Amino acid sequence: MLNFMENIEALPVADWTSNFVDMLTDTFAFLFDPIKDGLGDVMDLITSGLDAIPPVIFILLVAILAFFMTGKKFGLAVFSIIGLLFIWNQGLWDQLIDTFTLVLTSSILCIIIGVPIGILMSKSKIAQSIITPILDFMQTMPAFVYLIPAVAFFSIGVVPGIFASLIFATPPTVRFTNLGIRQVSEELVEAADAFGSTGAQKLFKVELPMAKYTIMAGINQTVMLALSMVVIASMIGAPGLGREVLSSLQRAQVGPGFVAGLSIVVLAIIIDRFTQNIYKDKSK
Amino acid sequence: MPIIKVENLSKVFGKNTKAALELAEAGKTKEEILKETGSTVGVNRASFEVEPGEIFVIMGLSGSGKSTLVRLINRLIEPTTGDVYIDGENLAKMDKKELRRVRREKLSMVFQRFGLFPNRTILQNAEYGLEVQGISKEERTKKATKSLELVGLGSYLDQYPGQLSGGMQQRVGLARALANDPEVMLMDEAFSALDPLIRKDMQDELLDLQETMKKTILFITHDLDEALRIGDRIALMKDGNIVQIGTPEEILMNPANSYVEKFVEDVDRAKVLTAQQIMKRPETINIDKHGPRVALERMREAGLSSILVVDSKRVLQGIVTADEANEARKNEVKNLSEIIQRDVPTVEKDTPLHDLFAVIHDSPVPLAVTENGKLLGIIVRGAVIGALAGEGEVNEHA
Repeated sequence: MLNFMENIEALPVADWTSNFVDMLTDTFAFLFDPIKDGLGDVMDLITSGLDAIPPVIFILLVAILAFFMTGKKFGLAVFSIIGLLFIWNQGLWDQLIDTFTLVLTSSILCIIIGVPIGILMSKSKIAQSIITPILDFMQTMPAFVYLIPAVAFFSIGVVPGIFASLIFATPPTVRFTNLGIRQVSEELVEAADAFGSTGAQKLFKVELPMAKYTIMAGINQTVMLALSMVVIASMIGAPGLGREVLSSLQRAQVGPGFVAGLSIVVLAIIIDRFTQNIYKDKSK
Repeated sequence: MPIIKVENLSKVFGKNTKAALELAEAGKTKEEILKETGSTVGVNRASFEVEPGEIFVIMGLSGSGKSTLVRLINRLIEPTTGDVYIDGENLAKMDKKELRRVRREKLSMVFQRFGLFPNRTILQNAEYGLEVQGISKEERTKKATKSLELVGLGSYLDQYPGQLSGGMQQRVGLARALANDPEVMLMDEAFSALDPLIRKDMQDELLDLQETMKKTILFITHDLDEALRIGDRIALMKDGNIVQIGTPEEILMNPANSYVEKFVEDVDRAKVLTAQQIMKRPETINIDKHGPRVALERMREAGLSSILVVDSKRVLQGIVTADEANEARKNEVKNLSEIIQRDVPTVEKDTPLHDLFAVIHDSPVPLAVTENGKLLGIIVRGAVIGALAGEGEVNEHA
């Protein structure tokens, strides 16, 4: 009885998957290459743009922005100055900019893809029942697994890192957009309908404005997940702070590893507080 | 021609709509149908007509289907069967585009929990119905401001709903509904979320507005006092069925069945009955024709100690008591105008019973009931008490 599994051959799921990915790589090569080049160019542009700003000015800009976004409080501004000065001091400024570009690009792509899917889910029960398990799958599958097809599609570098981040970090935006729209009070939806709104008017004038705090919470999660992919993406050649952590790991250097890790934490806290404050309900 | 005409309108929630409808037609109750088919009958074959300018109240307890019914009329809920004609156009058979046009131009709605958009200012809220029609910013601001002024909120344009009290928020709801100048206003428990004093103010204000606006209003409520106060006609609902339609008096005086009877039994009759309904035919004398002698004779015949005096057009002039008439006769006074007391306690015919107490309790003589000065009848204390007890005859078609 107990040996009954031994008599059955393993289903060749691994083979199927490999073949499927190979097939995708071959079939869509004409699509993957331009994406890789285009995205790579855009990121180079962002990186060189950010690099052109002298660190001192960059830090000051961040501090000023932080001061006004938190309602003229000094906490975040002071933290940003100290934290960024520390990273600069440790000689990790270029890596910081690379990481920031990676997070920024993948977050923006996540939002561009995630919000419309979330809207679709909120409008259609069928879409919701199809998309929900896919999101569960995307989030629970270990993130390393995405690196393999990412490399197959885009070879190594920063673009496959973004691809892996996209899969890993998009679900919260989709979920929270769906949730936010479904949570809009029924009476407001009825009011929009009763006065003769079209579907688009209802969405843009009522539902999205009412759901924006929830959606922003989702976007905040997405940005944090994208940041958490930084180290993982460095395994396939994405530059930045993650690469420092990885190389410290490979050489068993505790000190440099700690410094690079601390830099990621500083960046994470600054980005988190910024995204939390963008759409914070000031009246509450 | 009625502006709203509802014919055989039904709504079944659930899957087995056809079977449920058949059972409903066969007279099964809501519970029986739920048990047999698993579907709930929200509204069962409702039919009624509303005339332009009328306030038509749909009244029922929670679960009676009244909120469903009002949403069937502007199709926020899709009807299962039946027709809804607004101004001759059948909403139930329209495509989406047509429906949107009717909702924009002819219907508007006021909600129980106000349904205001918290991210928009008061003005932007009132503008909403015009905004979705694509009306220019300038014009919609003008119209919305005007309708906000109408409800007394002209100075709150830039506030947000959260900054206003419940009563004021519902005024915004009212202003928003009035801004696109609809022919029909649907008011779903519009005042139910307000505390009793504010609710009464709002009812008065609605009636005042209605004097000038002459909209057709479909008003949903679970509060019978409110229904009786503002309704020209009332439809009573129970378990998805319309049980009775009639004027407030008809419903109070002739309940169609034991359900309605039970419903109206607790009504404060003092608020509903009016002076006209409990008055008696008055004994009068004509100041132009008669003297003290005739006055005394009439009083003796009717067994009264005083008599009301009118002129030839039946305009009330005053009252003469038996003692004074006797005195006048002895002193050879010919004309009544010398002994008449001019200040007779008088009430208008529409005065509710409730307001009669204060006048009648210290009045030695009966109350005169008038309409534009003309004497219609009198009220004695016994009649007031009798009416309160639900006994004594009440004048029909008063």
